[in-house]
Amino acid sequence: MTFIDIRGLKKSFGPTTVVHDFDLSVERGEFISFLGPSGCGKTTILRMIAGFESATAGSIAIAGKEVAHLPPAKRDVGMVFQSYALFPNMTVADNIAFGLRVAKRSADEIRTRVRQMLDLIKLPHLGERYPYQLSGGQQQRVALARAIAVKPQVLLLDEPLSALDAKIRVSLREEIRALQKELGITTIFVTHDQEEALSMSDRIVVLSEGRAEQIGTPFEVYNYPRTRFVASFVGTLNLLAAEVVEPAAGRLALDGRTVSTASSLAVRGTGETVTVAMRPEALSLGAAAGDRNAIPGTVEDVAFLGAVVRIRVRLDAQTVSLDAFNQPSVSLPKKGDAVTLTFTREDLLVLEEDR
Amino acid sequence: MKKSTFGPWLAVVLGAAYFLIPLIATVEFSMRMKRGEYSFEAYRVVLGDPRFQASFSYSVALALATIVIGVLLVVPTAYWVQLRLPKLRPVVEFITLLPLVIPAIVIVFGYLRIYNSESWLPLTDSARGTDLLLAFGYVTLALPYMYRSVDTGLRAIDVRTLTEAAESLGAGWATILFKVIFPNIRSAILSGSFLTFAIVIGEFTFAALLDRPAFGPYLQLVGANRAYEPAALAIIAFVVTWACMGLIQVFGAARGTAQK
Repeated sequence: MTFIDIRGLKKSFGPTTVVHDFDLSVERGEFISFLGPSGCGKTTILRMIAGFESATAGSIAIAGKEVAHLPPAKRDVGMVFQSYALFPNMTVADNIAFGLRVAKRSADEIRTRVRQMLDLIKLPHLGERYPYQLSGGQQQRVALARAIAVKPQVLLLDEPLSALDAKIRVSLREEIRALQKELGITTIFVTHDQEEALSMSDRIVVLSEGRAEQIGTPFEVYNYPRTRFVASFVGTLNLLAAEVVEPAAGRLALDGRTVSTASSLAVRGTGETVTVAMRPEALSLGAAAGDRNAIPGTVEDVAFLGAVVRIRVRLDAQTVSLDAFNQPSVSLPKKGDAVTLTFTREDLLVLEEDR
Repeated sequence: MKKSTFGPWLAVVLGAAYFLIPLIATVEFSMRMKRGEYSFEAYRVVLGDPRFQASFSYSVALALATIVIGVLLVVPTAYWVQLRLPKLRPVVEFITLLPLVIPAIVIVFGYLRIYNSESWLPLTDSARGTDLLLAFGYVTLALPYMYRSVDTGLRAIDVRTLTEAAESLGAGWATILFKVIFPNIRSAILSGSFLTFAIVIGEFTFAALLDRPAFGPYLQLVGANRAYEPAALAIIAFVVTWACMGLIQVFGAARGTAQK
């Protein structure tokens, strides 16, 4: 059964509409990420779910109950903010106890719950510290504990890792995901970092200009981007123009060479120009083998990125990048070398036009 | 080439002399009540005067009432303006500045016309009613200082996010104001309160025209009839004001330490 049901959600600020007819169904215990660039509407949607913004139109139901008209305090939703938002005048323990005190729980229950939360976030000895005495990572863990101490039905995370340094970000995202799985709490996570979204989520909602461009598992969004926007925003991608040759057989002309795709060309006409996408890691150098597509080209640049080597190859008119693992025993091509690019039909994705 | 510091030092010395010489002269004069020797006789006379004790107590009580009313009026207003009505900020700032440009005597005559014994709200009919009117008048007089202090305090914290965090934890407006906002702008409120206290203690126009036994009219009365006691009273008033300023510094420093 759908736990969070969002239908036709719309938000306008004056004449500007920032969220257009947004629909989403979230299952109980699911971890959903809203992924998109700044200004795409992801935080606005989250704030409408939390009740901090009122929707211009549409409905939001949590556990079958319509909440769009309720104030934030009545929605039973926990929120974690980018800036932590810990109360500076309270100790860590008092911060965690805040929601419990508001709910008028007994002193014994509050004490027990605060201890449980401190253990859960692995800061059992820091209960008496003030927020300014903690690091950014510790503050965000306390903010998380404060949000889940009251056992909300839904946890909303608004770019909680953005203010942290890279190393802490990686460890904290693993902790958040582990915690979410342990508690089974339905979670919506807002981020502009594709790596965070890909590594943490059950499903990702890719947003652009207030619209959901694609909703799918990380595997689907990464490997089968539906639109040019999703393809360019999630991961590194080669976007090329190709001409439809035989729609029924899935054949295209790419820089004068005929190649095959597994994507459907049923609605395309012969001679139509389409945008195709290929992941750099899906491309290989070497002689054509079996039914792999093969296109000749010239090496334009070789960039060493550590674990990966990125090679830029010029075809006839367009350029593609391919990633190869860094293997010291294997010699790399040099600039100007003639090479053959190979890839499978599944790796050549034909994209829908952006909405 | 090393710049000469003579000019800046000269400005400091002249400025200090401008403020300190009259003050030192007042202290010196206040201690000459006994002929041929320095003594604190004038201070003893002043502090032992029942009218001093009564008027000072009255002004302290009125200052405290003014602070309570002012805080309850200004903090929710400034908070609401910052949170929900930021476009109204220039209007509110303009209104809070009005007491600085409208003379106190104009305000008090306005009060007397509106709240006299024949008006629909005859506050001046009774002593308690006039006390209340005087407290409201002082709230108006102290508004520029109280509002600015509180507004500065609110700008120093992330009001919106703290409010939203509290709301998402189930808190209502009263809990948010008294448990989250007030404690986090405590030093700003105290700064405004001490400034209000200093203003109310020395205020003359409102109290004299509303005929209330406050410290300001007492100062004037003693000044008109005595020689050494007014100087002692002036120094006492200075000390009270300085003590308030010192407390602002102490609480300001305490906040700086707590939020470093």
